[in-house]
Amino acid sequence: MKRTFAILTANPLSLLGLILVFVVVFSAVFADFIAPFPEHSGAVVDFANFNKAPEWPYIFGTDLVGRDLFSRILYAYRISLILGVVVLAIAVPIGVTIGLVAGYLGGRTEYLLMRMTDVFLSVPPLVLAMAIMGVLKPTLANGMLAVTAMWWPWYTRLVYNITRGEKEEGYVLAAEVIGASRAHIIFREILPNCVPAIVTKMTLDMGFVILIASSLSFLGLGVQPPTPDLGSMVADGAKYLPDSWWLTIFPGLAILVAVFGFNLIGDALRDILGAEQ
Amino acid sequence: MSTPTLDIQDLELGFKGYTGFTQVLHGISLSVNPGERVALVGESGSGKSVTARIVLGLLQELRTAKISGSVRFEGRELDQMPRRERHALRGKAMSMIFQDPTSSLNPVFRIGEQFHDVLRRGDAKITRADALSRAAAILAEVSVRDADRVLNAFPFQLSGGLNQRVMIAMALANEPALLIADEPGTALDVTVQAQTLHLMRKLVEEHHTAVLFISHNLGVVREFADRVYVIYKGRIVEQGPTRAVFEAPRHPYTRALMAAVPRLTGGGIPDIDEDSPDFAAPLEIHQDGGQS
Amino acid sequence: MTTPILELENVSKTFGTGADEVHAAQSISFGVTKGECLAIVGESGSGKSTIANMILGIYPPTSGEIRLNGTVLPTRRQLEHRRAIQLVQQNPLSSLNPKRSIGASLRLALDVHDIGAKGERADRVGALLEEVGLPANFARRAPAALSGGQRQRVAIARALACQSQVVVLDEPTSALDVLVQARVLKLLNQLRETRDLTFVFITHDLSVVRNIATRIAVFEKGRMVELGDTQTLFTNPTHPYTRRLISAVPVVTDEEAALRNSLAAGLEETNE
Repeated sequence: MKRTFAILTANPLSLLGLILVFVVVFSAVFADFIAPFPEHSGAVVDFANFNKAPEWPYIFGTDLVGRDLFSRILYAYRISLILGVVVLAIAVPIGVTIGLVAGYLGGRTEYLLMRMTDVFLSVPPLVLAMAIMGVLKPTLANGMLAVTAMWWPWYTRLVYNITRGEKEEGYVLAAEVIGASRAHIIFREILPNCVPAIVTKMTLDMGFVILIASSLSFLGLGVQPPTPDLGSMVADGAKYLPDSWWLTIFPGLAILVAVFGFNLIGDALRDILGAEQ
Repeated sequence: MSTPTLDIQDLELGFKGYTGFTQVLHGISLSVNPGERVALVGESGSGKSVTARIVLGLLQELRTAKISGSVRFEGRELDQMPRRERHALRGKAMSMIFQDPTSSLNPVFRIGEQFHDVLRRGDAKITRADALSRAAAILAEVSVRDADRVLNAFPFQLSGGLNQRVMIAMALANEPALLIADEPGTALDVTVQAQTLHLMRKLVEEHHTAVLFISHNLGVVREFADRVYVIYKGRIVEQGPTRAVFEAPRHPYTRALMAAVPRLTGGGIPDIDEDSPDFAAPLEIHQDGGQS
Repeated sequence: MTTPILELENVSKTFGTGADEVHAAQSISFGVTKGECLAIVGESGSGKSTIANMILGIYPPTSGEIRLNGTVLPTRRQLEHRRAIQLVQQNPLSSLNPKRSIGASLRLALDVHDIGAKGERADRVGALLEEVGLPANFARRAPAALSGGQRQRVAIARALACQSQVVVLDEPTSALDVLVQARVLKLLNQLRETRDLTFVFITHDLSVVRNIATRIAVFEKGRMVELGDTQTLFTNPTHPYTRRLISAVPVVTDEEAALRNSLAAGLEETNE
């Protein structure tokens, strides 16, 4: 742990990543306490103060119904992080398990599982998500379902490749000679050796999940108003550029901060854990 | 006494890591005279391989490496040479062969092309045709009869023994003054290894090449080297002519090494202490004919 | 004549089909007596690893039978077969899972074969470590924290964990330093005696074999060319390949060189 921290703080870029991610997570968790106008995350209107450029107390300005942009961004971070965590929490176990089983068992099983994975991988990710959302009602939950469906195959691919290499290693042979069950070998012997690569990818993915979710909302397929969402805010505000620039720029920057921060940490983690990708 | 081809004095090497500074070489000194075959014998972690890499200038680029001491090649201090000059020595005046011949050759190029690259270092303008005919001549010297087939092949298509000979041939192609051999033959079958060593001996004698031979295999060293330096944990603990050191080892570490090698004549496995404090005893030098 | 504990009868193994067929082992037959150390020597392509793998049940023979205590070993090995024959591999680094502690790797054998009561398995692991000359508290360490020699001792402890009868050792000391090798070989000799084990010792190193094997089987290109007790094989080998092998061994003393020369007498130099 000490070594991890030393490496993370030694490199200025990874330090920056740490700071950015900390800011995002802190905002999401403590939005209720930091936001100057916590109620503005909901269905509130204040036409007296609508469309105001950044000025005290509206530090990022207000939107077209008078809500404080800064507060809404903080709450939007919460939505994004929840979405990221839920998507990964479901997609990763599914993808990893399929990859492990296909990689170790080989033969027919490998063929069937990996060809199925290939099918999912061959559809452009955003298109797949859009297709799913086109069929289902646009809610946060369905948005998460759509993104999960397109996310798991990448973990399958990753873990499959690692497993194929690891299964030639001596410790796998040793376990086989001892008579360990296949389930033991897959989950207790090989999986721990995949963890560095998986964790690194998950960290990098947090940024990308947020980006994809924002893209979906931008297209109107994500969460619905009045729930604050970074992508929707960018979409709504885009029409009013360059006059009401704050409507788009600040949510856009917020997305940038989150994605960039997670990317930087993911890179650093890759170096620390020596992950293969 | 002529200038030694390679003269190392008080070489020290340490690495800076996250946890602190690790000293790997504690001031070693050794020399190789023209035409001489000198072995550097030690176990893993003794520092023998990094010594070779320092001579070739392969470690100096590393930011975490701290090197001090003198390394002289044909009388000239390598440290003080301009980078380009030092780089020019590699492959021409100094060359190296490695432990696993098949993985040391580039798998995506045919042997002929790799020979051409090697010969180009000696003569930048050499044509492909000339290079191939020279290569065939050199291959004949290493007893490769089917030169055409070999030159047209990729390394993975040839056996380990053949690749080893190719590597030796390439290393000697530009008539280097110094050849560094890092555990050659270790990856080979014992019969092939014996042939390879015999061949190497013949060649370096013919070309009057000085050889620094790095190994952990005492039997191979006994057969190949004129003089021996025994290295333990970054220090030379015993040195002298091969015969003298093998017949009457003085340093506790050398004696332990000799005793630990299983004998073809039998006798069982002796009781050996892997890491005795006696191993820290000072250097033992066998003098013979003024060589040291 | 007691039944050999392990017996191979006309065992052959062919890999691939048609033009790509490789006859890795051809009609191999030998028996191993309980308590002995049978060495299988040969160079690459000799088939020695193939034989070891078939004994261990990694893949079945193409033809022929392998018998343990008189009963034929099936293609799909059951737990009791696995328990009876264990393996020590060449590479101490790769044979231990880098992400699991030494103790966990040792416990696996105990858990799979349900040896001892669950609560006392940790103690058994400690006892195994001590038996191979390592402190019991090494159980908590990761393989990376151990030296090559120490790891190999752990691998040996693992092979002993399920109280096997036969241990196949595939070049167990080839990757170790000289001093470490001597210690590990001594340990193996001791363990064979104290535990009444039977060793099948695969190696290319004839000097090692001279000092630990009771009998030696010499393999060349998939065939067994000679089988005899150690003393006889080294003083009076019958097959020319055996002579070639012995005369190629690098030696450290003049006596050994003399032995080599006397055995090499009459062999022509063959080039590759």
